[in-house]
Parts: sequence; structure tokens; C-alpha cells
Amino acid sequence: MSMQAMHEAVAQAGGAHAAHATADPIVFSFTVFVLAVIVGYHVVWNVTPALHTPLMSVTNAISSIIIVGALLASGPIEMNLATVLGLIAVGLASVNIFGGFMVTQRMLAMFKKRK
Amino acid sequence: MVQLAYLLASVLIIFALKGLASPESARRGNLFGMLGMGLAVLVTLQLDSVQNYAWIFAAIAFGGLIGGTVARKIPMTHMPQTVAFMHSLVGLAAVMIAVSAAYDPVAYGIANAAGGLYPASRIELFLGTFIGAITFTASLIAFGKLQGLLSGKPLVFAGQHLLNLILGVVMIAAGIIFCMNGAWMPFLLMLAVALLLGVLLIVPIGGADMPVIVSMLNSYSGWAAAGIGFTLGNNMLIVAGALVGSSGAILSYIMCKAMNRSLLHVLLGGFGGDAPAAGGAAAATDRPYKSGAAEDAAFLLANARSVVIVPGYGLAVARAQHALKEMVDVLTAQGVQVKFAIHPVAGRMPGHMNVLLAEADVPYDIVFEMDEINSEFSDTDVALVIGANDVTNPAAKSDPSSPIYGMPILEVSKAQHVIVIKRSMAVGYAGLDNDLFYMDQTMMLFSDAKKACETIVQALD
Repeated sequence: MSMQAMHEAVAQAGGAHAAHATADPIVFSFTVFVLAVIVGYHVVWNVTPALHTPLMSVTNAISSIIIVGALLASGPIEMNLATVLGLIAVGLASVNIFGGFMVTQRMLAMFKKRK
Repeated sequence: MVQLAYLLASVLIIFALKGLASPESARRGNLFGMLGMGLAVLVTLQLDSVQNYAWIFAAIAFGGLIGGTVARKIPMTHMPQTVAFMHSLVGLAAVMIAVSAAYDPVAYGIANAAGGLYPASRIELFLGTFIGAITFTASLIAFGKLQGLLSGKPLVFAGQHLLNLILGVVMIAAGIIFCMNGAWMPFLLMLAVALLLGVLLIVPIGGADMPVIVSMLNSYSGWAAAGIGFTLGNNMLIVAGALVGSSGAILSYIMCKAMNRSLLHVLLGGFGGDAPAAGGAAAATDRPYKSGAAEDAAFLLANARSVVIVPGYGLAVARAQHALKEMVDVLTAQGVQVKFAIHPVAGRMPGHMNVLLAEADVPYDIVFEMDEINSEFSDTDVALVIGANDVTNPAAKSDPSSPIYGMPILEVSKAQHVIVIKRSMAVGYAGLDNDLFYMDQTMMLFSDAKKACETIVQALD
């Protein structure tokens, strides 16, 4: 499964949704999910074992993509329990995003070839 | 537009992982990852529903400052617990977002006309919440064990698995009730039980199995993110979460295979407790072995054409990486061909030993994985084992009664000479005696790893 194939499939699913308004959004999400798992499977098996620690720290940063959900939660101006929880989640995800990408960069900078 | 920007961000994130195929492309890949994340955040910030800028920027700055400081200061030996801690943050953030969405579904556009949650959204919230909650507490316990705040020994008690099973059933039952009626009580019960389950699932797992657990929690943190993506109907979250989820799953599989254990066996726990210690230790003292001084080791090394170094976590514990690098430099300058052989479970997380060697300026093109180098040991004059034990034990190949039988090992015993630097004859993590130590071609060098390397360097000059 190549990335193009995934995007085509996603585009088709999206098109069907717009044209007939019959595609269930959950089925659409699930389609994306399954295809992304397959892409992930192939990409990760190609990662060299020497870089498995940076892989873990960078995936850590990547899973903090939930900051998008946290931003939506903390978006409204009026503060209530929902926004406060959202803001805390924004802070937590930020620790991971900055920490994850920066420590990955620090590690990768150490990998040098023989002089 | 927003959806297209999210698509671009997803693609950039895929390229970040793709870059890790080799050290040359990895740094550029990491930049793609940062770009993707930055784009995703910016696009979300400009949405009409996001207005609370002052507080949001304060939260990002606060979190970013902490994360950045940790990233710059953390010693590389502490990477496993750092990663475990970060997994717990992802889990906690996922729980908070899920609770926030359950509390105020209208703000997320997942409410029906009456302001209640759609049934489908309830299912997604249930999944996202319990995976996030288990990730949160389980990672905290893993962090505590790796950091040494909690004992690395497995905590086992009677009825443990039955208790976990009952709690699991209660959690799912509460989740199903929530999915049917959308009420707070079952939601909170499900959340509380999931938090407790996270703790109980990790306490029976011993320190030696932590590489598997950290990889598995890596996977969970991805599934949690994907779960939130389903709740919000956001494809980018689903894609990123699925990538991370499969990455962690693959790493867990690799770790299990390298230890010849099944994931289920690891999860059931109890391995590396006190059971094997009794038998192994008694036998250790009776058998004859050869030992030598650092000067003898230096003589063997200086007269070798090819040397393969097998480092284990004991090397990092003794902070001997830099002394070892100096020894490698001296040997290389004298015309000896030096290579490193890394077992997949050397260190405390996947690839940990590679990072520790890279930190000590060991060039990555003389560092080889087990499968690449095992065929070369028979052509090797001296194999130097430092701080590694079980991963060199020939019993894993020859003795079907050994608990580690079937585990892939570095075939050190095929080398002409073997030098083992070790503090004493004590057993390794698996609590087993190592036949390698008693072989004819093996010389034991009883010393602290750092001191041994320094003395060898002096003797070589």
C-alpha cells in the first residue's frame, strides 16, 4: 500500500460522501484509520534498528498531535470545566511536542560517520 | 482548506518516520515532523471556534518551556524513563480532552439537538478515554520502575489476573452503559476503573521486561490519539495516532522476539523475580574459569587483527562509554579493526545502546546489529564483552532446559579469544549462569568497566 493509494482512497471516500451524502462518517474515519495503520506498518519496518530510540521519542511527539483536540476544547472564550481541562491538555501536549522533537534532534545530531 | 492543510501535515508526519530509515535522512525527517506539527497547530488556531488565545499561548509557552528544558538537560541513560513519562502525558491529555468533550459536547459539534452526545460519539469517547487512562497510569508506573522510584521487582499476588479480569469486565460494562444512556456516572466509573487497571497491569512486570512495556505504551499512546481523532472526526489525528500505534506495536514485537518471549507471557508478568536466583548462584562458584588482569587484555587486543566489542547496559551504568571510545581510538590507530555488536535488547529500550555509543562519539558505521555481525564472530580474533551477560549465553542455543533457550544471542563463543569485563561472577537479569565464562578461550577481567577501559588504554600506550 503506497501513500498515493491511501490518498486516492481517502479522496474517493470523501468524494462519495459529498456526492451522495450516504457514506457514514464513521466508516470514512475507519477507512482512514485502517489505511494509516498499513502505511505505518511499512514505514516503521524500514526504520533502521539503530534509530529505534529516536523513533520512540519522535512518535511520542507525534502522538501529541492530540493538541489539536485540546485546542478545540480550550477554544471558547467563556471558561468552564471543559475549557480548563482543554487548557491543561494543551500544556501537557506542548511538553511532549517540544520535548519530543528537541530530544530527537539532540539524539540524531550525535549519530556521525567515521571521519 | 483546513482539511487540505491537515492532509499536508499528515504527509509531513509520515515523512518524519520515513526519514528514520537511515541516520543521514533522519534529521531532515525530524524537521518535516516539526513542520507538520506546527502546521497542524497553526491551522487549528485560526479556526473560528478557537478564540481563547491568551490562555492558549500561556499553556503552550509553559509546556514548551518545560519540554524544551527536559530535552536539553536529560542524560541519554535516562531516555527510557523520559519516554515513559511522556507517554503518560499523552494519556492524561487524551483523558482530559475526552472528559472535556463529554462535559460540553456542543462545543465539539458532537451533540444532538437536545445537547446530548450522539450514540456513535459515545462509543468513540469510551474508547479514547479508557485507552488514554490506562496509558496514563501504566506509563507512570513504568516511569517509576525505570527511574528507580519503585522496585523493579514484579509485584505478584494471588488472584491478580482474576482481579484484573473482573475490573476489565466492570470497565467495559460501565462503558456500554455510558454508550447507551450517555450519563456521567458510568462514564466516571469507567474512567476510574481504567486508571486503576493501568496500575495493576504493570506492577507484576519486572524491570527486565520494561523495554517491551515502554514500546507497548508507545503504541497505546498512539491508539489513544487515534481514539480522540475518531471522537472529533479529525483525520489527521487518526492518521498520526495510527502511525504511532503501529510503530509501538512493531517495536514491542521486535523486543519480544529478541527475548524469545510472547507478548502475553510478558504481560502476565512475574518474570525476573526471585525464583531463578537460588539455583544459578550456587552453581556459579563451583566451576573453574580463567581470569586475567587488564594488562593481559591489552596484550590480547593489541595483537589482534579484528576485535568485536559487545556492550551491554552495564557499560552505561559504569559510565564507561567515553573510556571505551578512547580505547577504540587507540586500537584503531594501531591498525586493529574494531566493530561493535548490538543485541536488540541491549540497554533499557529499543536502540538505547546505539544512542549511548553515538553520544560517546562512536561512529555509527562501525556499530552493527546482531543479524549483521553474528556470521563474523568466527573470523574475529578477540570478542570483548562489557557489561553484557544473558545476550551472550550459549545455553540459549544449546541447552533446551535453559529458561532463555531459543532466545537469539550474539555468538561470541565462536571468536578465537573472549574477554569478559564484569564486576564479579554474579548472574545477569535472567538469573542464569553463563556458560561462556567457563570456556577455554574466555578470560574474565573482574573490574569496573570504566576502570578496566582506562587501564587497558594505559597498557596499550
